[in-house]
Amino acid sequence: MQLVVNIVVLASIYALICCGYVLIYRVSRVVSLAHGELMMLGAYGLYATASLFTGHPLGAIAAAALLAIVLGGLVYFLLMRHMTGEMVLAAVLTTIALGILLRGVIVLVWGAQEQHPLHVLGWQNVALPVGPRAKISVVGLTLVLTTAAVYLGLWVFLRRTRWGIRMRAVGQNPLLAAQRGIGLHGIYALAWSLATFTGGLVGMLIASDSALDQGMVVIGLKAFPAALVGGLDSLLGTLVGALIVATAEVLLIHYVNPLLADVVPFLVLLATLIVRPWGLRGTREELDRV
Amino acid sequence: MSVPNASGYFRTSYARDMALLDTRAQRVAAGVFLVLALALPIVDAPFLLDLANQVLLAVIGSVALMLVNGVAGQISLGHAGLLAAGAFTTGILVREAHAPFWVTLPAAALVGALIGLIFGLPSLRLRGLYLAVSTLALHFVVIYLGNEYESRRGYSTGVVIDPPSLWGVALTAPRAWYYVLFVSALAALLLGVNLLRAKTGRAWRAIQGREAVAEALGINVPGYKVLAFTVSSTLTAVAGALFSYYRGFVSAEAFSLFLTIQYVAMVIIGGMGSMLGAVLGAVFVTLFPYLIEWLMAILPTPAAWATSVFAVNYAAFGLMMILFLLYEPQGLVGIWRRIQNYFLLWPFQQRPRGG
Repeated sequence: MQLVVNIVVLASIYALICCGYVLIYRVSRVVSLAHGELMMLGAYGLYATASLFTGHPLGAIAAAALLAIVLGGLVYFLLMRHMTGEMVLAAVLTTIALGILLRGVIVLVWGAQEQHPLHVLGWQNVALPVGPRAKISVVGLTLVLTTAAVYLGLWVFLRRTRWGIRMRAVGQNPLLAAQRGIGLHGIYALAWSLATFTGGLVGMLIASDSALDQGMVVIGLKAFPAALVGGLDSLLGTLVGALIVATAEVLLIHYVNPLLADVVPFLVLLATLIVRPWGLRGTREELDRV
Repeated sequence: MSVPNASGYFRTSYARDMALLDTRAQRVAAGVFLVLALALPIVDAPFLLDLANQVLLAVIGSVALMLVNGVAGQISLGHAGLLAAGAFTTGILVREAHAPFWVTLPAAALVGALIGLIFGLPSLRLRGLYLAVSTLALHFVVIYLGNEYESRRGYSTGVVIDPPSLWGVALTAPRAWYYVLFVSALAALLLGVNLLRAKTGRAWRAIQGREAVAEALGINVPGYKVLAFTVSSTLTAVAGALFSYYRGFVSAEAFSLFLTIQYVAMVIIGGMGSMLGAVLGAVFVTLFPYLIEWLMAILPTPAAWATSVFAVNYAAFGLMMILFLLYEPQGLVGIWRRIQNYFLLWPFQQRPRGG
C-alpha cells in the first residue's frame, strides 16, 4: 500500500516536471536541458520570497510563482530568442550552457548547503494516514493535486483558449503560423514561461517535501525519460510515461537494489527507444522532422 | 586543406593535393612545433608538465567528440560515461587480473566500441534528439555499473591502479607520461584529420548538413551514424584508460555530467567540425579553470566567492559557452580563419572577382 502511494507521488513529480519538457519541445522542437536548473531556481525563488514575506506564506508562494513566470520569459527574450531559427543542435547546446551558468550562480548567491523553504514559511510537513498502513505527507498530497490541476489547466488552455490554439499552430508549422499573423516570439516566450512556471512549482514542492540542494538537477534529468516514454509531444502520453517510469523505479528500488535509483528511468528509456522510439502516444512522423 | 591560399599558389600533382603538409612553410612550421613540443619537458616545472598532460588527454577526448558531434552533427551526452567505461575496464582488469598495459588498452577500446555500437544502434530507427537522449542513458548506466563494482568489491572511495610498465620501465614520471600522451594525442589527431578527408568524413558532413539529402546521395545514413558513434566511443574509452593510468585511480565520482559538458564546450568553443578546433577547444577548456583562479587572485572579488571556486568556475564556464554560441558559433577556429583571411586577402576585404 505504501508502495502505491510512493509510486503515485513519484509519478506526479515526474509528470509535473515533464510538462515543461513537452511544452517547449512541442512548440519549438528544442529539448531544454536546463529544466532541472530552472526548477531549482524556482525553488530558491520560494526560499528568497519566504524570508522576504515572513508571516504571509501564501503571498510568498504567489510571488515565487510570478517570479518563475517572469524568469521563463527572460530566458527566452535574453537568450533563446537568438537561437530561434538556428539549428536545433545549437539551441540544445545553449540550454546546456544556461544550465551550467545557473548552477554556478545559484551556489554563489545561496551557497551549497541544504535549505528548507517549508520551515522558513513556518509550515510543517505532517504525514497523513491513507488506509490502514500507508502514509502520505501533506506536501506529497499537494504535489498530486497540483499535477492534476496543472494538467487539467493545460488541457483546457491548449484546446479551448485562443493562445493555446495559437501555440499548437506554431508547434505544427511555424512558418505558416507566422504568415497567419501569429507572433512567433510571443508564443515561444509563452511556452518558456509556462514551462518554467510548472518547473518552478515542482521545484518548490520537492524542496518542501525533502530539502533544497543541487540534487534537484538530477531529478530534473531523471524525469526526462518519462516524457520520452510517453512521446515528447503528447501531454497525455507523458502522464502514462511518468506512471510507468515511477512504477519501475519504486518497485526495483524496493525489491532489488537502492543503488538503481538513478538508472531505472534511463533503462526504461532505452527499452522504449528500441521497441517504440516515438513513445507511447507521440506522432510517428515526428521523428523525421527533428 | 580548405584554407584559402595566397595568390601564386597552385597544386601541380595529385600527390601534393593529397599531402597533409604541402608547402615548405607548413612543413617548417610543423617541424618547429614538433621540436618545441618534444623539448617542453626540459623545463623542470611539475605543474606545467601536469597541465600539458591534462591538455593532451583532453585533446584525445575532444577529437573523439568532435567526430560525432561537430562533424556528424549528433549530440552525444554520454562522453563522461564513455571515459568512465574505459577507465573502469582498465581498473577492473588491473585489480582482478593484473593485466598489463598492452592488454588493458585494447580491452578498453573494445569495450568502448561495443558500447558505441549498442548505443548507436537506436539510430537505425531514430534521428536527432532521440539519439542524443540514448547517450544520456548510457552515462547513467555506466556510472551505475561503476558504482556497483566499487561497492561490491569494497573499494568505496575508488579503485587504485598501479602505474603501467612499457618495455620493462614503470611509467611514473610526468615526463615519461608526457611523451606517451603526446604520441597518443598526435595519433588521435591524425586519425581524425584523415577520417575527415576521406569518404567517411564527407558522409558525416553530409548527414550533418541534411539527412534527407545525404540519403538521396546514396549515403547509408544509419550505418554512418553508428560508425560515428563507434569510432568516437572507441577513442574516448582509450582516452579514459589513459586517464585512469595517469591518475592511478578510478572513481565513479570523477565522471560527472559536468565532465561531459566540458567536452561539449571544447567542441563548441574550439569550433564545430574542425580538428584544429578540437585541439584549441581542449587547450582553452583545460586551462580555463586556472585562468579563473588567477583572475580571482588578482581581481577584487567578494570574499564569499573564495570558498566556492567551483561555482565561479561553473558560472564563468556557462557564460563563456553562451557567448561563443551566440556571437562566435564558429568558435576559436572562426577567429583564427578570419585573421588568416585578413592577411591573405589584404588589401581586399574579400576575394576579388576572378581571383
